[in-house]
Amino acid sequence: MAKRIDVSGLSAYYGSHRAIDDISMTVEPRSVTAFIGPSGCGKSTFLRTLNRMHEVTPGGRVEGKVMLDDENLYGSGVDPVAVRRTVGMVFQRPNPFPTMSIFDNVAAGLRLNGTVKKKSELNDVVEKSLKGANLWNEVKDRLNKPGSGLSGGQQQRLCIARAIAVEPQVLLMDEPCSALDPISTLAIEDLIGELKERFTIVIVTHNMQQAARVSDRTAFFNLAAVGQPGKLVEIDDTERIFSNPSVQATEDYISGRFG
Amino acid sequence: MNSAPSISSAPPPPPAPPAASPVSGSAVRPGDRIFLGLSRGSGIALLVIMAAIAAFLTVRSVIAVSGDHANFLTYFEWTASGTEPKFGIAVLAFGTVVSSVIAMAVAVPVAVGIALFISHYAPRKLASLLGYVVDLLAAVPSIIYGLWGALFLVPHLTGLYSWLDDYLGWTGIFSYADEAPRSLFTVGILLAIMILPIVTSVSREVFLQAPKMHEEAALALGATRWEVIRMSVLPFGRSGVISASMLGLGRALGETMAVATVLSPSFLINTSLLDGGGGTFAQNIASKFSEADEFGQDALIASGLVLFVITLLVNGAARLIIARRKEYSGANA
Repeated sequence: MAKRIDVSGLSAYYGSHRAIDDISMTVEPRSVTAFIGPSGCGKSTFLRTLNRMHEVTPGGRVEGKVMLDDENLYGSGVDPVAVRRTVGMVFQRPNPFPTMSIFDNVAAGLRLNGTVKKKSELNDVVEKSLKGANLWNEVKDRLNKPGSGLSGGQQQRLCIARAIAVEPQVLLMDEPCSALDPISTLAIEDLIGELKERFTIVIVTHNMQQAARVSDRTAFFNLAAVGQPGKLVEIDDTERIFSNPSVQATEDYISGRFG
Repeated sequence: MNSAPSISSAPPPPPAPPAASPVSGSAVRPGDRIFLGLSRGSGIALLVIMAAIAAFLTVRSVIAVSGDHANFLTYFEWTASGTEPKFGIAVLAFGTVVSSVIAMAVAVPVAVGIALFISHYAPRKLASLLGYVVDLLAAVPSIIYGLWGALFLVPHLTGLYSWLDDYLGWTGIFSYADEAPRSLFTVGILLAIMILPIVTSVSREVFLQAPKMHEEAALALGATRWEVIRMSVLPFGRSGVISASMLGLGRALGETMAVATVLSPSFLINTSLLDGGGGTFAQNIASKFSEADEFGQDALIASGLVLFVITLLVNGAARLIIARRKEYSGANA
């Protein structure tokens, strides 16, 4: 189910501008890794290189290697569409398909893959995914209603259900709680704790308490100055990053003394 | 305007000490009053004009229909003069609807394809060039299309007509007897070309507005480019494409000069769409109006009222289609 991510020497560009520079790290399977750092330091860009979403942006290109177990995601014969079926993603703003019902939203990825043919099988997977996203009890009586009628927190859990329905190896989350209230945030954080039993999870967050609460490992990103590429400063066990980081810049950032 | 930079850089000045009573005094400013008058006047003017047109059409139509010695809806001839005028709209209604349906069937799929190519497939430079050309085409006057249709399209369609006759002639709808193809089918194709730019242009605008976040949602699930369009762009653009088609249909239903230039009109309903003859409301009015006496004009106005009603019905139906799935529209995303 879950695979190890091994990044080496990865740089990402927007046109001629280098957004992130020479990043190498390892993400263990069945763990939560949090990316923290100031705005514009390239955390989200880096996250989007892990499922080849970066290159969708006009001018976006990537150098370096991302190994998913033994397979290089940027290898010559690799289809980016297939990569994205293996590495799921949840976005900052909840984005269920507005024209689809709750059921169809969760089934969307399965129907794309064409793996699940039978209606009964589809029902099972949708139910399992919604249960997995702690949303089943709230929506089981209105599966045919539009997903856009749910609250923000419910919509985000719907998006998580949609992402895990296709059983990805890795789940990327780009500030999944930044548009949510504290109670919905807590629900998502609890969910992350459960999901890491099955998936390798990478989460970008601006909320350092959140990083401390949900993650096993934390990576701190920073940039030397505006216009300079973002760099990975350090990655370590979350406990260590928040108590005794090895780099001074990390301590400055997490204690609020940056700049 | 000069004070803007100082406001943004300096903190706002402390509020002035209250005068005797800061909220009293005239609540209506002259600018507000003038603008209110202008906008209210425009609104009322619109209603008055609409009512005047409707009343005019209805009164003249009633005169015409009550003086008709044949069934206005089903009669096949148009003799709106003399002591015993006999005229009916059957041929005109048939011709108008059939030519417009052909135009829509040909134009809408092509227009959606062009719009998607411009909005989602073409490289940026090519897309803006194409968009410019499409907007330019929409501005070409209809008589130009009519001349082109009569002088270029008609002689060049004989090949297509023979082909249709060879392969689809057995249906009866597409049988063709080697004559100049000045038929409803040609009119339909010409109308399709005419409405293509407007349908394309509006559809492209709608597709460009499809939210990036939904396209990314589809991409992240492992959708190919076409699947992204199918899952997020087309559902979002659905009501916009319907509106665009209605704009095109409105133009096709009411098109006059291009039809009059291409069609060889006759009061016949042919089973084959490829045979010359037939007519449309607008074309019939344009070709007969200048020579009609007063009663003849009334008769033509009555046919115009029918066209008006058909247009209203089509628009109403389109609105119903859009409203039926409002819950699922992209608007409440």
